[in-house]
Amino acid sequence: MLKKLSLAIILSLTAFSSPASESKESHIEDIDFSFEGPFGTYDQMQLQRGLQVYTEVCSACHGLQYVPMRTISDEGGPRISQNKMKAYVSEFSVYDEAANQHLLDPVSEEFRALIPTDSFPKINFASAPDLSLMAKARAGFHGPYGTGINQFLKGIGGPEYIASLLTSYTGEEKEEAGVTLYENTTYPGGWIRMGPPLYGDDVEYADGHSTELHDIAEDVSAFLMWTAEPKLNSRKHTGFIAVFFLIVLSGLLYLSNKRIWAPIKHR
Amino acid sequence: MAGIPHDHYEPKTRSQKWLNKRLPILGLLYDTLMIPTPKNLNWMWIWGIVLTFCLALQIVTGIVLAMHYTPHVDMAFASVEHIMRNVNGGHMLRYLHANGSSLFFIAVYAHIFRGLYYGSYKAPREITWIIGMLIYLAMMATAFMGYVLPWGQMSFWGATVITGLFGALPGIGEPIQTWLLGGPAVDNATLNRFFSLHYLLPFVIVGLVGVHIWAFHTTGNNNPTGVEVRRTSKEAAKKDTVPFWPYFVLKDLFALGVIMVIFWAIVGFMPNYLGHPDNYIEANALVTPSHIVPEWYFLPFYAILRAFTADVWVVQLASFITLGVVSAKLFGVLAMFGSIAVLALVPWLDTSYVLSGRYRPMFKWCFGLLVIDFFALIWLGAMPAEEPYSTLSLIASAYWFGYFFIILPLLGIIEKPHTQPETIEDDFNAHYPAKVQVQTSKPTKSPSE
Repeated sequence: MLKKLSLAIILSLTAFSSPASESKESHIEDIDFSFEGPFGTYDQMQLQRGLQVYTEVCSACHGLQYVPMRTISDEGGPRISQNKMKAYVSEFSVYDEAANQHLLDPVSEEFRALIPTDSFPKINFASAPDLSLMAKARAGFHGPYGTGINQFLKGIGGPEYIASLLTSYTGEEKEEAGVTLYENTTYPGGWIRMGPPLYGDDVEYADGHSTELHDIAEDVSAFLMWTAEPKLNSRKHTGFIAVFFLIVLSGLLYLSNKRIWAPIKHR
Repeated sequence: MAGIPHDHYEPKTRSQKWLNKRLPILGLLYDTLMIPTPKNLNWMWIWGIVLTFCLALQIVTGIVLAMHYTPHVDMAFASVEHIMRNVNGGHMLRYLHANGSSLFFIAVYAHIFRGLYYGSYKAPREITWIIGMLIYLAMMATAFMGYVLPWGQMSFWGATVITGLFGALPGIGEPIQTWLLGGPAVDNATLNRFFSLHYLLPFVIVGLVGVHIWAFHTTGNNNPTGVEVRRTSKEAAKKDTVPFWPYFVLKDLFALGVIMVIFWAIVGFMPNYLGHPDNYIEANALVTPSHIVPEWYFLPFYAILRAFTADVWVVQLASFITLGVVSAKLFGVLAMFGSIAVLALVPWLDTSYVLSGRYRPMFKWCFGLLVIDFFALIWLGAMPAEEPYSTLSLIASAYWFGYFFIILPLLGIIEKPHTQPETIEDDFNAHYPAKVQVQTSKPTKSPSE
């Protein structure tokens, strides 16, 4: 355990600086996600598929420490049934025990099973970053000329960044200071420590959806957008109602204003 | 309140008389709400209401957010995520508060530039202007400290950079910086005092806003002509003005309604557009972001800060004269604070006796350039510190100072202003000719005013 911990510390100290949010070289593909635009909402089935990819692949190294596990059956999320969620939670293994001391039972000194109110466990192995907010912590092209017009029209681009990253391995590898680096055309700087996590057909979907590499990558990116912004559907709904009623209110105020000024303006 | 002659409050019922003898609060409310307001005010006079709304919005949402937030370096970031995920309506509250600050600054910049164009800072409204500048200063301090609270990467590094500016002061710089931070670096002590002050300062602003309103209710509003309301008698004043309620209350509320449509669209549909992605990464003292960028509303001054590098001759000259005390860093810091401070001096830098830019042919052009300059500085502040942006920043900074220190004093002497209308009534009647004839086309309003 101690050895593992010290290894993690060493790795985290040699970790590469966090990728820049805007980088000229990095190639980020534009993807039309279902949740883009004022009326876009999450595709529930896609979130379920993404949850499966996260569980079967990503969760080996990456945590989701801010996401309460119960929320996977929330409205506007993957929305799996309560029973399924409870079964999922109780079977979820805690890989990184050092990082999850709050799950240690002080009496029996054993790690307790997860319950729905727990968050997804933290994982600090190999300094793999937590993915809870990754889709909001990365961005696509901010230009042209730093004006942000592209992001205004096409969205901030976090999920696009993740999907592109997962599909942009060139296959080249190199070793630097005992660490293997993999060439990736999306990652700023071009070389990333994470080996290609997905190759296509990594999972088998119950709904028979395509498991080609870019489809899986999109599914898991959509899921990570949900983990970063779980209230997106209800927020847009609120926004729509607010905008609608404010337009009505403004119209009424316009007419009132016009009427009250009429005797002053048109004597 | 003194000022324009108008009807005062007369208590009518017995209970009103009873209260009025003991506390004339109804009279105060009446006089405030019924203040005679120049009837020719255009749409640039709506920002005061928008700003008042913003202040209220920020205080209300902020108080509720503070109930769920934890100001501790180990818990702050997680507590914000707790608000976003577990608190009922927490995500809306936080996005309203975060985007509310942007609306607040859009409104304050529109308000300030309106004052600059129509000469609202000139006699007799200098105190109103100075109080306004104090409010603006307090707003910037509040916004800066508020941005630190989520304890993301930009929070941490923004705080490090900005407090580091004080370290540039010779001799006293480092002790001041340590005193501000509560330690050698941005840490828990910093976060705690920023939270405390972020909660305090808005109430200071409330007080200042009260004084601001008191001051301009004493002098009366400026107006697009810059010509004062006639005060010889109530009847003369009535020809130039209408009471604030209901005429301007309705007009301002309509404008606020339209602005709210846009504001809620942004909060509902793209709440993170004005934020920085790096602030969704928890603060980490060991990892510096590749670009440290402040919030958009600080960018003009950030651009001025960075414009004065060691290879600029003014900086070298200043360094030479002061025997090296004024380093490039200190020069930049002085320039940044100076670019804000100069706004407070503008009542005495402008030598023209004409208030409104409408009647100043040369001023119009210089002011237009200043607005463009301001937008250019916003853009330049967001760009990396490299060519051609460094040179452009220097030119834009030079114009900012040139406008206030050279153009404004000089224009009053060399410019020949156009004739102003005799009275506000004349101006109003020119827009809305009398007679009840059928008007097919809308009365022409001068654009952009």
